[in-house]
Amino acid sequence: MGRDATNLAYLATIVTFVVALRFLSNPATARRGNQIGAVGMLVAIAVTFANANVVSYWEIVVGMVVGGALGAVAALRVKMTAMPQMVALFNGVGGGAAALISLAEFHTLAPAVGHLRRDISISLVLSALIGSISFSGSMVAFAKLQELVRGRPITYPGQKLGNLLLFGACIAAGVVIVAGYEHQWLLAALGLGAGLFGILFVLPIGGADMPVVISLLNAFTGLAAAATGFELENNVLIVAGMLVGASGTLLTVMMGRAMNRSIANVLFGAFGQIAATGAAAAATNGGTVRAATADDVAVMLAYAQRVIVVPGYGLAVAQAQHDLRQLADLLEGKGVHVSYAIHPVAGRMPGHMNVLLAEANVPYPQLKEMDEINPEFSQTDVALVIGANDVVNLEARNNPSSPIYGMPILNVDQSAAVVVLKRSMNPGFAGIDNPLFLNPKTVMLFGDAKDSIAKLTAAAKTL
Amino acid sequence: MSHTTLLVFELTILVLAIFLGFEVISKVPTLLHTPLMSGTNAIHGIVIVGAMLVAGLGHKDTLTIVVGLVAVVLASANVVGGFVVTDRMLEMFRKREATVKDDGG
Repeated sequence: MGRDATNLAYLATIVTFVVALRFLSNPATARRGNQIGAVGMLVAIAVTFANANVVSYWEIVVGMVVGGALGAVAALRVKMTAMPQMVALFNGVGGGAAALISLAEFHTLAPAVGHLRRDISISLVLSALIGSISFSGSMVAFAKLQELVRGRPITYPGQKLGNLLLFGACIAAGVVIVAGYEHQWLLAALGLGAGLFGILFVLPIGGADMPVVISLLNAFTGLAAAATGFELENNVLIVAGMLVGASGTLLTVMMGRAMNRSIANVLFGAFGQIAATGAAAAATNGGTVRAATADDVAVMLAYAQRVIVVPGYGLAVAQAQHDLRQLADLLEGKGVHVSYAIHPVAGRMPGHMNVLLAEANVPYPQLKEMDEINPEFSQTDVALVIGANDVVNLEARNNPSSPIYGMPILNVDQSAAVVVLKRSMNPGFAGIDNPLFLNPKTVMLFGDAKDSIAKLTAAAKTL
Repeated sequence: MSHTTLLVFELTILVLAIFLGFEVISKVPTLLHTPLMSGTNAIHGIVIVGAMLVAGLGHKDTLTIVVGLVAVVLASANVVGGFVVTDRMLEMFRKREATVKDDGG
């Protein structure tokens, strides 16, 4: 296949990717869009096989079967509650692939010093740098979300300075390579250094900030792929990479805005360390926590006209989405109007709660965005908060000294009553105490969310 | 086409792709942000093309082929996993109740 024909086929792939993203603007067409994108990917792979220069087919086929099988098994087995770590993992392997490509390409192109065009060496350095950060950063994000390492920020003295120096050293190595010192060991060292930086950079970021981090790493992998496109002079890599880069960037900005914090604050703030002092101070504020029984709460819910469910990460941890759906069905059978308030940063990745509730067959028109649902709380009888904390934390509205002050929250306190399902009085993932729990309107139902919801359902059935 | 011309051409494509990306992505509702992330994840699996080119071209030594093949394995996992998991997710988004309920309702 000639170069022009190959590039035309790649253009077809580009079109399918754009269509795939375009179709994602509507839940009704989104699935077809994804399938069209997959077909485009197959076309690109087939065309690359037909490339006259590709000679070692069998090794590639074996590699594809191995990698594809791993990917397919993981994708088919993963639970919807574990989706954030799955996304982090696939993101990481893509970044890793881009970094490896640049190392192999450098090895081929630069057997001796002084052979590289400047634009190629810049692209090689960029994809090694960004790809490595994306790979190791995503792996740490995966480990945190999978709870292989602590979700809370991990900090130590000199952390920021050390990270800055390491990053500076990576950049310096890149500049030296581009300036003409084209030695493989240096690019390999740059890749390793960037990989280490990726680990150290994600470690201090708390679990509640994961939506921002995952979005940012997603953008990084896209940029690394685009840089690979410049190395190989390949348009489909450039366009596809930049589409992903744009998507990740946009999501990062939106998540930052939803928390009313700058991206720099999220990335370098080591959010959540204030836990101990903040909790101690708020606990002595004078309010009392009112614990309720499942029977009390079931009565409140069954005799309400409107109930708004506010899900958070705790719902995912308890894997209680199906039980919640059963409870909602039962309430709706009793004539209660049930809807769901989804905060943009609820959960551990953008849109996390929507996926969970969709899995439990909740029709998506019942899932309301924050701006849409906030005016409705004042006409609501019961706000049922399940495993959410920061997104309903009144400190964000009232306490200028709170680290989350200014973050838009769901106005659950405007409803006639608030029920909070919570494991214990421990502060949430961000480690900040919540005055909502001390509010006279609020009752707490302690326990595992799944158990609590099952008890509520059982109690409501008898009413 | 000279190298510089090609580079300028590629940069043009890059910039247009950025604008196109922002334009298309900004129309995706927050409801579908998780599928958007995993879908774009699948799309950056396009690095598989790069991995194939690096691993498959002739006149290479063992090191290049091995590194290239590892890249092929990683990128394949990325592509297949990304599209499959996105499909699984999008299948669940329904406007009305499904006719058959799971978990026995």
